[in-house]
Amino acid sequence: MDDILKLDAETYKELMKRYMETRDEQSLYEVEQASKSFIQNNILPDEIVNMHIQALEELYPSLSEDIQYSMNFLLEAMIAYGIAHQEYQTLREKQSELKSEISVAASMQETLLGTTKPDIEGIDIGIISVPAHQMNGDYHHFIKGRDGSLGIAMADVIGKGIPAALCMSMIKYSMDSYPEDVMSPKAILNSLNRVVERNVDPSMFITMFYAQYLPSEHKLRYASAGHEPGYYYNAANDTFEEIETKGLVLGVTPDTAYPEYEMDINKDDMVIMLTDGVTECRDGDRFIESEEVLEVIRYYAHLPAQEMVNQVFKHFERLQEFELRDDFTLLIIRREV
Amino acid sequence: MKPQSCVNINKEWDIVGARQLGRDIAKKIGFGTVDQARIATAISELARNIYLYADHGQICFEIIDNMEHKGICMVAIDVGPGIEDIGQVMEDGYSTSGGLGAGLPGVKRLMDEFDLQSEVEKGTRVKAIKWVR
Repeated sequence: MDDILKLDAETYKELMKRYMETRDEQSLYEVEQASKSFIQNNILPDEIVNMHIQALEELYPSLSEDIQYSMNFLLEAMIAYGIAHQEYQTLREKQSELKSEISVAASMQETLLGTTKPDIEGIDIGIISVPAHQMNGDYHHFIKGRDGSLGIAMADVIGKGIPAALCMSMIKYSMDSYPEDVMSPKAILNSLNRVVERNVDPSMFITMFYAQYLPSEHKLRYASAGHEPGYYYNAANDTFEEIETKGLVLGVTPDTAYPEYEMDINKDDMVIMLTDGVTECRDGDRFIESEEVLEVIRYYAHLPAQEMVNQVFKHFERLQEFELRDDFTLLIIRREV
Repeated sequence: MKPQSCVNINKEWDIVGARQLGRDIAKKIGFGTVDQARIATAISELARNIYLYADHGQICFEIIDNMEHKGICMVAIDVGPGIEDIGQVMEDGYSTSGGLGAGLPGVKRLMDEFDLQSEVEKGTRVKAIKWVR
């Protein structure tokens, strides 16, 4: 460190000498480069002032005392900058450590909560889920039943980031443990409600929409635990309808009942499931209306379901200037035949 | 070891007195301008901590001069409220610093050796040494 300082002091002096003689731009450019190397070598501002003082003394031995004292005064004034700079350096290192730890956690979460979009004949599925920060507090899961039915869970923890993400792992593993004969939406929500009520801090809420699609009967059974309402697109009338449900968010009371509903899905109809990160997108300071989401979906409705959700996401990502405020999850199922 | 010289810290003005004494000692031992300024800044931080949190206390200076090296050792002592969570006050960006890099982590950076003992409701003792390079 001392060696580097000495070397830098020598370079600084030479550059300064040349500049005083020639006043050329070249010297100024070189001192700019030197200044960058000072930063790289953690040379503090007070040390640079000191280099300047030393250079002055060597180049102008007869310099007035007043100037010398004033330079010492400047050096004192730079001390606090030096410490603040060092603190800033340390905090930056810490921040990048934290970031890399979180990114390990995030990729672990992805593995833990991973789900594959199933291929089912006659229906087209599109899904997109993008976290606002590194970890996702939204959750969706596909379960293909042996009877050919498709179970779809979509959940949102109120709050985002790491606590939300941890909570989701619990939900997933509870669901994995259910035997297949209790896969009705009502039964799943009843049981998850008890798990959440027992295991999760009361200040944390989880909403969930659970749907079961029966391809052979073209029926959708569903129940909701206080989740953002989904939409049904009626192709024959070209209209969107809100899917109305009753049911309290998970974990409030142990004996909440979740009514189950059923609807027929005709050819080209769509079911849209989402989280509030979609409906509460913001355009500047204004929350968008849910009609706007539906308009955008309608605009892209001619595309395959996956393309459609991707395009809708891109639209709202751009609207929010590429900075999501909440986790964004959107799922669309369309009956093809 | 040379005899100690101490400065009582009772009012803000005493901080200046402590800096002055510390700087004079540092100059005498042969510290350069940069190190003198750093030592003075460290003294300010220690003295301000006493003035702000413990009401009164003392800063003592000692010259260390042995075969291997020369340096200045300063000890700040108070019988104030003490520090409950030392780890926390030593953490960057915490407490009084507010991005100024000040506080005890700042003192640790400015000096070569640093030691801190504190007991709640009994007081705090900070020792810091800087060696002549």
